[in-house]
Amino acid sequence: MTFAVILVAIVIASVLFHFLSPWQATPLASNWGSIDTTITITLVITGIFFVAIVIFMAYCVYKYQEDPNRKSEYKPENKKLEWWLIGITTVAICGLLAPGLVVYNDFVHVPSNAVEFEAVGEQWRWSYRLPGTDEKFGRSSVSRMDEINTFGLDPDDADGQDDILVAGNQMHLLVNQPTKVLLRSKDVLHDFYVPQFRAKMDLIPGQITYFWFTPTVPGTFEILCAEYCGIGHYNMRGEIIVDTASDYQEWLSEQITFAQVLTGGTVEGLVEQGQLLASSRGCLACHSVNGGPSLGPGWLDLFGSQESLIDGSQVLVDADYLIESIIDPAVKIVAGYPPVMVAYQFSDEQLDSLVAYIESLSTESADSPPKPIAED
Amino acid sequence: MAYVEDVEHQELHEPTSFYAKYVWSQDHKVIAIQYSLTAIAVGLVALVLSGMMRMQIGFPGSIDMDSTGYYQAMTMHGMIMVIYLLTALFLGGFGNYLIPLMVGARDMVFPFVNMLSYWFYLVSVLVLIASFFVPGGPTGAGWTLYPPQAITAGTPGSEWGIILMLVSLIIFIIAATMGGLNYVTTVLQARTHGMTMFRLPLTVWGIFVATILALLAFPALFVSGIMMLLDKTIGTSFFMPEMMQFGTQLDHTGGSPILFQHLFWFFGHPEVYIVALPAFGLVSDLISVHARRSIFGYRMMVWAIVAIGVLSFVVWAHHMYVSGMNPYFGFFFATTTLVIAVPTALKVYNWLLTLWRGNIHLTVPMLFSLAFIVTFLVGGLTGLFLGNVVVDIPLSDTYFVVAHFHMVMGVAPILVVFGAIYHWYPKITGRMLHDGIGKLHFWITFLGTYLIYFPMHYLGFLGMPRRYYAYEDYQFIPDSAQSLNAFITVVAIVVAISQLLFIFNLIYSLFRGKPSGGNPWRANSLEWLTPDTPPKHGNWGESMPVVHRWAYDYGVPEAELDFVPQTTSGDVVPVHESDLDE
Repeated sequence: MTFAVILVAIVIASVLFHFLSPWQATPLASNWGSIDTTITITLVITGIFFVAIVIFMAYCVYKYQEDPNRKSEYKPENKKLEWWLIGITTVAICGLLAPGLVVYNDFVHVPSNAVEFEAVGEQWRWSYRLPGTDEKFGRSSVSRMDEINTFGLDPDDADGQDDILVAGNQMHLLVNQPTKVLLRSKDVLHDFYVPQFRAKMDLIPGQITYFWFTPTVPGTFEILCAEYCGIGHYNMRGEIIVDTASDYQEWLSEQITFAQVLTGGTVEGLVEQGQLLASSRGCLACHSVNGGPSLGPGWLDLFGSQESLIDGSQVLVDADYLIESIIDPAVKIVAGYPPVMVAYQFSDEQLDSLVAYIESLSTESADSPPKPIAED
Repeated sequence: MAYVEDVEHQELHEPTSFYAKYVWSQDHKVIAIQYSLTAIAVGLVALVLSGMMRMQIGFPGSIDMDSTGYYQAMTMHGMIMVIYLLTALFLGGFGNYLIPLMVGARDMVFPFVNMLSYWFYLVSVLVLIASFFVPGGPTGAGWTLYPPQAITAGTPGSEWGIILMLVSLIIFIIAATMGGLNYVTTVLQARTHGMTMFRLPLTVWGIFVATILALLAFPALFVSGIMMLLDKTIGTSFFMPEMMQFGTQLDHTGGSPILFQHLFWFFGHPEVYIVALPAFGLVSDLISVHARRSIFGYRMMVWAIVAIGVLSFVVWAHHMYVSGMNPYFGFFFATTTLVIAVPTALKVYNWLLTLWRGNIHLTVPMLFSLAFIVTFLVGGLTGLFLGNVVVDIPLSDTYFVVAHFHMVMGVAPILVVFGAIYHWYPKITGRMLHDGIGKLHFWITFLGTYLIYFPMHYLGFLGMPRRYYAYEDYQFIPDSAQSLNAFITVVAIVVAISQLLFIFNLIYSLFRGKPSGGNPWRANSLEWLTPDTPPKHGNWGESMPVVHRWAYDYGVPEAELDFVPQTTSGDVVPVHESDLDE
């Protein structure tokens, strides 16, 4: 009896929880309402089976509880009943599968009017590329990547000259424009996931993957990495900003092309060089510059401060300490951070520029922070 | 049945020294206990790791664990639970103990290889544990060990941990192969007089088909393990494309990361059924015995096991819907995956129809069996979300997946393990486990795990990604999600600690348990009919048992009692009709 009552209670509690739960899908911001519909269909069909089966079980446990004066029925099989059950189950399965495959067919067919952009993942940050006015992406490869050419484009490929490169973590998209995302990874697997868009896809080094969606709601949306990519996985943040047409054009006009990167490749000023390096070599993936959470010590107001090391000692953050921590990070570990940074190799000039950049991020330093190169 | 006649004329060589009897033993029952105790011990390590992870998720920063430690705990928890606990326990533990007893054999057909299987397993566990003590610690690559990340510098333990992990897996597979060949051959060759394949208890069928799956699936993991080991140690590029590592170019070129995923899941999906099929078999027997009713639709149950086993080899890429493989594969794998739900659903129906018009004894093994049905039902139904490709797209890599697979292949099989231990402990030790402690353990475990995993699905609907060390400053996650995570952690800690009740019961009852006699549950299958309890070396004394009927004659109208052991002749109680055509 008790057990039967508890089974019924589980059913009631589960159904109530479903309807009362504050934890539901985020508000939809893409064309994939049809995916939400398939979830609803699946919930209804599986929900009916769940309730029916557990209630039947509760009934059996109650009705056929132990009775020393009674033997159970001896009826080892009932082929007819079994085939009926198989039939009903098959119909239910088709009811799940058919709408699922119809919607999936939409998912794999990119509309012909879709515009393309490329999202490039690396541990643990995002950057983006647009094909430019010729609507063609230039060739890219890992072997061409360096501090200036962070996307690894082929300078001799005419298609690549007008490609627009977005180095920061933010990307802008045009509202109500079907969009195909081409996904490329510099290092390990990642996954481009915006919960409000529903769709997601892995990035695989060595090949280009894709999926499509139409952003339908203007606003700012977080990009998460949904494929485990190492210790900084949980902190691989990006942003999609869905703009109206005028905002989008304004943003687009401020972006730089690959040709501009190549000609303006030698950046003036030590601080600006350091900023470029920090961005291109991935420093900013683990060291925030705005005081936000990060895997390694943030750089805002770092220079000139006192840091506590894991051995309990204090160290003044100056040029010597910073350089040592870049080229031999294991020597002095700041308390509260995992010893995960690998040793980097830089020229003396590059090290000076990095230190200058970090110094510029401290309010105590005389210089005010430089303007970001590619953002805003 | 030539084999059984040969066996009858052979002399038994009973081991005499302590070492030959309990350490270097070739007796399947001792090997089973060695396997089980090792698996439970290493499982407790994995349980502690999960508690540490839950503390970080529920109460961030409450324990001294950085993201490196978190990912190491996550990886080792998953790998230990799936491989070193569940696989080893179902095949090496229950398979070893029950197959020879249930088919009526004196032992496995290759006792020496069987012994080697355990010692290889133990070495694989020791290598695995050793990885906690090497520089850099164990690997934190996730239990799927996806390259390139598994062997590059951004992942914990990418120096030594991953090497030990791969070596341990390779040794484990050798152990599983030696054991597996034994189980299959024993079932096929060593059955006693009258024990046809269609009179085998479903436990044997489940373990038998699972073992075949293991023999066919583990080689895929074996070769991919060796290939990754070569990528790591001598710089080959099986799985490693041209790529960067923190701004520096690596020497690899031309490899395919997705090749590994195909190999891994070609093993990994059958692996789910390597765990599930023995659980299906065991729970069928528990339900039939404790409902005092013949298992409903025995033949359909057997064919369902076989069908699930076959289909399990053509569904693997449903783990890879968003992996970037050719998207058209999705149509095929969604269809095969949903088809596999049909034989699985049939099993659930037949368990319920076994209860229907039965005479249900709510013993501790029965409670665990019924809890299994509920848990497995939830896990199976949520599998229909994830198997249906387009529904999987928003849910994959979220907490919905974590909740699903813990329900379906974590909690559900573990509930069967508990039920089966409460059921067969009297045969193994001659004593009953304590009933009151058993019931307390049951209620905390069943309701606790439901409270942990049912709400967790909703964090997945919300879109919370799995394998995150922390969720600070994500705008789309409401504060209430953190409260739910804290709640889940509290329940998880209670459930984890309550497992000490089980451990205590195992030890306490060994000395103080009520003597059970040979057949305390009044069951039919051969293991309850041994001349001694616990069974002695050689199991059957002088002569081998002779089987006249299937194992499920409960409630036969012509019989005086409500059960008819398999050795009862058809002259005493008529053999039921569908058994006659054998």
